[in-house]
Amino acid sequence: MTRVLPSTRIYEGTRIPSPIPTILEVDAEEHRLEDVLTVNFGPNHPSTHGVLRLVVDLDGETVVGIRAIIGYLHTGFEKNMEAKSWWKSVPYPARVDYVAFQANELVYVLAIEKLLEIGVPGRATWARMALAELIRIHSHLIWLGTSALELGAISLLWYTFDDRDEILDLVEMAGGTRMHTRYFQVGGLAEDIPPGFTAEARTFCDAMLKSVDDYEGILDRNAIWLERTRGVGLLSADDALALAQSGPMLRASGVNWDLRKNMPYLAYDEVEFDVPVYPNGDVYDRYKVHVDEMRESVRIVRQCLDRLDETSGEPWIADDRKVVLPPRHELHTSMESLIHHFKIVTEGFTVPEGEVYLAIESPRGEAGCYLVSDGGARPWRVHFRAPSLAALQATATVVQGCLIADLIAVAGSLDPVMGDADR
Amino acid sequence: MTLYADVPGVVETREVLGETTLVVDPARLVETCTYLRDEHGFNFLSDIAPTDYFGWGEPGVAGYIGTASGRDLNAPGSQGLAQVPPPKPKRFSVSYQLLRVGEDPTRLRVQVWLDDGESIASVVRVWPAADWLERETWDMMGIPFDSHPNLVRLLMPEDWEGHPLRKDYPLGGEPVRFSDED
Repeated sequence: MTRVLPSTRIYEGTRIPSPIPTILEVDAEEHRLEDVLTVNFGPNHPSTHGVLRLVVDLDGETVVGIRAIIGYLHTGFEKNMEAKSWWKSVPYPARVDYVAFQANELVYVLAIEKLLEIGVPGRATWARMALAELIRIHSHLIWLGTSALELGAISLLWYTFDDRDEILDLVEMAGGTRMHTRYFQVGGLAEDIPPGFTAEARTFCDAMLKSVDDYEGILDRNAIWLERTRGVGLLSADDALALAQSGPMLRASGVNWDLRKNMPYLAYDEVEFDVPVYPNGDVYDRYKVHVDEMRESVRIVRQCLDRLDETSGEPWIADDRKVVLPPRHELHTSMESLIHHFKIVTEGFTVPEGEVYLAIESPRGEAGCYLVSDGGARPWRVHFRAPSLAALQATATVVQGCLIADLIAVAGSLDPVMGDADR
Repeated sequence: MTLYADVPGVVETREVLGETTLVVDPARLVETCTYLRDEHGFNFLSDIAPTDYFGWGEPGVAGYIGTASGRDLNAPGSQGLAQVPPPKPKRFSVSYQLLRVGEDPTRLRVQVWLDDGESIASVVRVWPAADWLERETWDMMGIPFDSHPNLVRLLMPEDWEGHPLRKDYPLGGEPVRFSDED
């Protein structure tokens, strides 16, 4: 373990390396440098959750130094979006965090709506919440399946991907495509939730609760899983806050913080759910948070489905013809509607000048969006607060002193999506 | 407004759309941030978002079409601005999105303004989470941070030239390999 003079530590008792918080350097006094072996993991390694590159210094089997290198999936989303109209840039955010695609779409349209100060009908809000929570389950299922896979529990992956497929079927039913739907529009939804969606989703919810119990049954009685996750990859509550961890990372470190509860958006203050918090800050607690959150998400989805049934037949998009496309059937009879449709599709709508930062609780934590508008039809600046980037900053803190075999479990428990980190 | 009257180094306080922005003197940024963390409990640095205002309110710049003088609805393809936006004090802004995790959760934006080539102090010592965020700001916008322990590019390759998110950096500006121009 790196030994650093106490005076250079940011505060007493922290494990965050200093002076560079994201790089664990080999301590020459603790380890003979000629014994230290530097190994490169990735960027194309099957166990690194995408194109993450880790340069690891090993003394025997112990990790004594680490450097995470990102950027291999940098796609320039933010730059590209500046060249599109507001209307045409809506599909981009879903590609940023491609595992939690609806969540990123949601934060972007919410930010635009805040700048526009446009109201959204209740039915659209409930549909957005239902889909956002389904995507949370989707993302957690992928995390659970791949994390268990990396520790040898191969069978779980097939089960979780089976359930994931059910969610994608639901998304397809609502939005028409399985991923990256562009279903959330500025002002509401692209189309109404189709008939039969709520019934299908209820069937899924019932099955999902049983599945979660099964997954927990498979892993919680597995001695290898318990041995390899308990007490590994420790992160204290203070360190987690200092490193701006959010989502399951933060809640597994004993911090009771969930934007849905603490700073509610959409209608999260009108639904009942609990925020799972675990105190130990190890890989096992992160797993427990993920599993419990899936159950809570099912609870929220069910309440949203009830409200969707109640609001059946109500509008699902705001009635603002300067921003929202007119109903399709009007294009055949109304000249004004045709003009509005043409103007929005070709030139896009304008957004008042200003800047805004809005954050939601994505499956990975605080997903934020900073927008600047000059009053024109295109965003002047779009910036995403990526929870995966924050999580990867904690790599050097959480892997300290762990074995090379545990490195995979620990890095996986950060739940990084490289599209999100690199944008 | 008076909530942050005691904060040192504040030049201007804005409250728009329910969001509070403190515009801060770049020379006193670390002092201000340390004070906000210790006295106001902003223990969580959500994000650092730099913005380039090069060409703000002018026609013909990437990310902007139209006429500076206004929107001429009769001219085809001239979707411009209904009005010219108010000018910005300097070319770059860097916005620090702060969050108070705990009792009374609150967001706050600390903003500094810079010209090209000016540097600002690093807040890595205040919030370790600033490490990669400042590296990204340097990488994408070319804003240098004094006393950052490891200011190298984060997302682009180390030998990359230019800072892609600047407004004067062209979209699709990557040289094409094995083309006639080589």
